Amino acid sequence: MGPVVRGPALVANDGFSARYDLDRIKGVFSRPAHKLAGQSYVGKILVLDTAKGGVATAWMLHEMKSRGIVPLALVFNSVNPILAQGAALGDVAMLAGFDEDITSAVPDGAEVEVDPAQSLLKLI
Amino acid sequence: MKLNDEERDILAGKAGPVPQQALQHQIKVGDFFGAADFVPVTQAHIMADTESLGEAGVQWLEGLAATTEGQHRVRVPTITDPRGTDFAKADWLGQTKGMVDLERRAIAAFEKLGVAMTNTCINYQTIQPPTRNEHTAFGDTGVVIYANSVCGARSNFEGGPSALSAGLTGRTPRYGFHLPEQRRGTLRIQIDYTPTTLNGWGGLGGVIGRLAGNYWAVPVIEGIEGAPRSDQLKHFGASMASFGSIALYHLVGLTPEATKLSDVAASDLPVHRVTRADVEALQKSYHTDDTVDVVVFSAPQLSLYELGDLASLCDGRKFSVPMLAVTSPQVKPDSDRMGYTARIEAAGGSVLSGMCFYQSYAREISEARGWKRLATNSAKLVNILGGYGYRPMLASMEACVDAAVSGKLVRT
Repeated sequence: MGPVVRGPALVANDGFSARYDLDRIKGVFSRPAHKLAGQSYVGKILVLDTAKGGVATAWMLHEMKSRGIVPLALVFNSVNPILAQGAALGDVAMLAGFDEDITSAVPDGAEVEVDPAQSLLKLI
Repeated sequence: MKLNDEERDILAGKAGPVPQQALQHQIKVGDFFGAADFVPVTQAHIMADTESLGEAGVQWLEGLAATTEGQHRVRVPTITDPRGTDFAKADWLGQTKGMVDLERRAIAAFEKLGVAMTNTCINYQTIQPPTRNEHTAFGDTGVVIYANSVCGARSNFEGGPSALSAGLTGRTPRYGFHLPEQRRGTLRIQIDYTPTTLNGWGGLGGVIGRLAGNYWAVPVIEGIEGAPRSDQLKHFGASMASFGSIALYHLVGLTPEATKLSDVAASDLPVHRVTRADVEALQKSYHTDDTVDVVVFSAPQLSLYELGDLASLCDGRKFSVPMLAVTSPQVKPDSDRMGYTARIEAAGGSVLSGMCFYQSYAREISEARGWKRLATNSAKLVNILGGYGYRPMLASMEACVDAAVSGKLVRT
């Protein structure tokens, strides 16, 4: 769901929860154990394994978008309902469910285009 | 999604713009997950602390609440998860007027929408536990996993906007754990150790959550001895949901859908063994310091029994660091009447109500109060707070109370 977007991929074989993993004021991954700790997620197409944690992400994507401190898109091997609900409220592009491990298929830093309506992820 | 006549009318705006917007949101989510249709729900539970909503979320709520056209109140009983503060203790927590004002605005909006401000994440202990096969729209992952697993009810994780939508429309998309086939086990866990402490149950849930790994996994667990108590399964499930995003587990011979293994599991499921050493290793991995700045009992909110146990441990003690015990607005008056609150506060502790520590601007509290090294008996809490800048440590309730006295957490 969500709009077509193009931008740099930020890739890790790790989970995602806006509450658990992010400093949403600074716009960086803040959980020390996260593989992207310290890296900015703003304007990035996040390519991660799966959703973790609680329900807060359903609100937090909307809140982050209102301040412009938000990922450009979420591209995950699998998502939970919370990510889908959050992407729906925040109008954030999201793709999930691939034939291969998407965190291995997309190089970190690659320019990619996400077209949710067509279920397409293109390496540019 | 296939819509019935009533749903087509809602979508066409015949019930007003509020349920129309709610149904549009639900269809987006339902289409994403391939839901065939909607299923009626009997109750909804909304996670909506203002740290999560922010100004944007509160304005969104206020927009809904300002609508007077058509139906603009919830259709089924709809209750709330903890707020972002205990108004009586906000100053002491170092929360700002802006945070408290935002909370008041959110509450006012919810009340206009007909939502009951229960402010609890233990509604299955304090408000009304769901029954087997009852379809609900619950928020708070700890509530969902308890309702699904222990009660045999049917709910997905419903984030705040979706839970509110379900309250407004009286239904939710039929996907995920509303479907019998989704409730079958996907992996078997054999354990050789039944914890006795709440931190042990939380640790076991954390290990299983990490193993199971994602929302669609359903662990089937064998080897539990005896009959676990509600508070033990509360910590077990909340931690499993937190570490693994798990919404349903089965305990063979104990939980309602798993009288025997074959009720929920195929014979060829992968088997994982979990030992006491695994649980202890998880706990030790968080023990990164010996000094504590604060002790917190929260996540989930404490039951009356937990507060009674805590009060007994506080008798005759004098704390050198702050100790917080967080409970629900339903339990707090009983704790007061039973004298538990007074006994905890006589030792220097604080009993807070209607909030949960990690949902209450934990980062800003840390900065305002200088709290970094935090001891708790909640595995869920230690899993969350690292990202908020804390060094959380997991220990038994007894060890945490000792730490509140001495300022030191003894290694076990």
